[in-house]
Amino acid sequence: MSDTAAVLSVHDLACARGERTLFTGMNFSLGQGQLLLVQGGNGRGKTSLLRLLTGLAHPLAGEIRWRGRALADGRELFHREMAYLGHLNGIKDELTPVENLRLAGDLEGMPMDQATAERALTDIGLARCLDLPCRVLSFGQRRRVALAGLVASGSLLWILDEPLTGLDVHGVAMVEGLLRDHVGAGGMVVMTTHQPLALDGLAVVPLLVGPALTRPEPGNQEEPACCAS
Amino acid sequence: MLRFLIAVIRRDLKLAARRKGDWLTSQFFFVMVVSMFPLGIGPDPAMLSKVAGGVLWVAALLAALLSLSRLFADDHRDGSLEQMLLSPNPPVLLALGKALAHWLIYGIPLLLIAPVLGVQFALPGDAIGVLMLSLLVGTPVLSLLGSVGAALTLGLRGGGVLLTLLILPLYVPALIFGAGAVDATLAGVGAEANLSLLAAFMVMTLLVSPWVAAAALRVSIE
Repeated sequence: MSDTAAVLSVHDLACARGERTLFTGMNFSLGQGQLLLVQGGNGRGKTSLLRLLTGLAHPLAGEIRWRGRALADGRELFHREMAYLGHLNGIKDELTPVENLRLAGDLEGMPMDQATAERALTDIGLARCLDLPCRVLSFGQRRRVALAGLVASGSLLWILDEPLTGLDVHGVAMVEGLLRDHVGAGGMVVMTTHQPLALDGLAVVPLLVGPALTRPEPGNQEEPACCAS
Repeated sequence: MLRFLIAVIRRDLKLAARRKGDWLTSQFFFVMVVSMFPLGIGPDPAMLSKVAGGVLWVAALLAALLSLSRLFADDHRDGSLEQMLLSPNPPVLLALGKALAHWLIYGIPLLLIAPVLGVQFALPGDAIGVLMLSLLVGTPVLSLLGSVGAALTLGLRGGGVLLTLLILPLYVPALIFGAGAVDATLAGVGAEANLSLLAAFMVMTLLVSPWVAAAALRVSIE
């Protein structure tokens, strides 16, 4: 299923926060059916890289191309095919999970009916919370609402910044399943995580951000299970 | 494109309906500030009708500022502003939609309360009509220019005070022409000139401010 033709490519990317240069000369490309696992310690610029890739921030130098066109020129097409889940969930506390999903659909220009939204939330384990305002949900449950929105958006490229924050063991397993399904179906993922994820069998492209670490970790993080938090 | 604009407006109306407390605070503030003046100045009807236009307009500016500091801040805090900026639609429409929604939520109620407060100031019927008309034409200016200030001060500590300092001077033309229209009616010279200028100012802000606000949003979010 893997199509190695690069859909997303990055050329000589450099990023600075304030006075400090986080990284320079970054190159990589990602095709359909691939997952880019961004690694690096705290403060190395993982989140900054992800925000550059979404188009929310602008690079110091270099270029990001989507389907061969620079992000600045093809912003509309890119944002139609990309979904981003950052540190913040982007859901409104006053609304119920169903309303949140339908609202996001309206804003994306892809209206979603009640049944579709309910199914997406049920699939992600929120069947009991459909009619509660998100304000009363737990942190992990709100994260799940955001993940349900991500899946329901039907985007080709997922950009995920620490998607496992606040999720329980079942939640982590569920995200693994989601990633597996998405990448297996030809989708693309760019993500960061500090938790071990079982992604064996998937086309994982590791990317180390920042100055080289003393012990680079190629491939998946197959850490012992005791490290799971 | 129009669908996105309507979606943004409907979203904000729905959120405002769920948070009536915030909405009422601004309206009550307007009523309270205006009602303080007769108590302070004294009950002389001639004096009160003379200051009515200015007082109501100044109170409307302050009430607008009270709600504007949260125009983008709430969405910024929970990440939904980022998500909206990542939609395939131009950010200009987002800024315009947010400003129009602010006007519907906070501007229109001011307009509807104003006649009652006008009676409190012993304004004659025709002056109350002109007051409403001036607020109808002028309150969109408050929301539109305010959205620029709200976008510029997004994420800053003490942004509310800075917003006031930034935006109040820009409101001056609206204040002069709006209050001037009421005064002109009282003086019997007709309010057309003031209202026309106010309308021209409104059209100008409508054309310019969404672009400025969208640019400011992109800078603030980075």
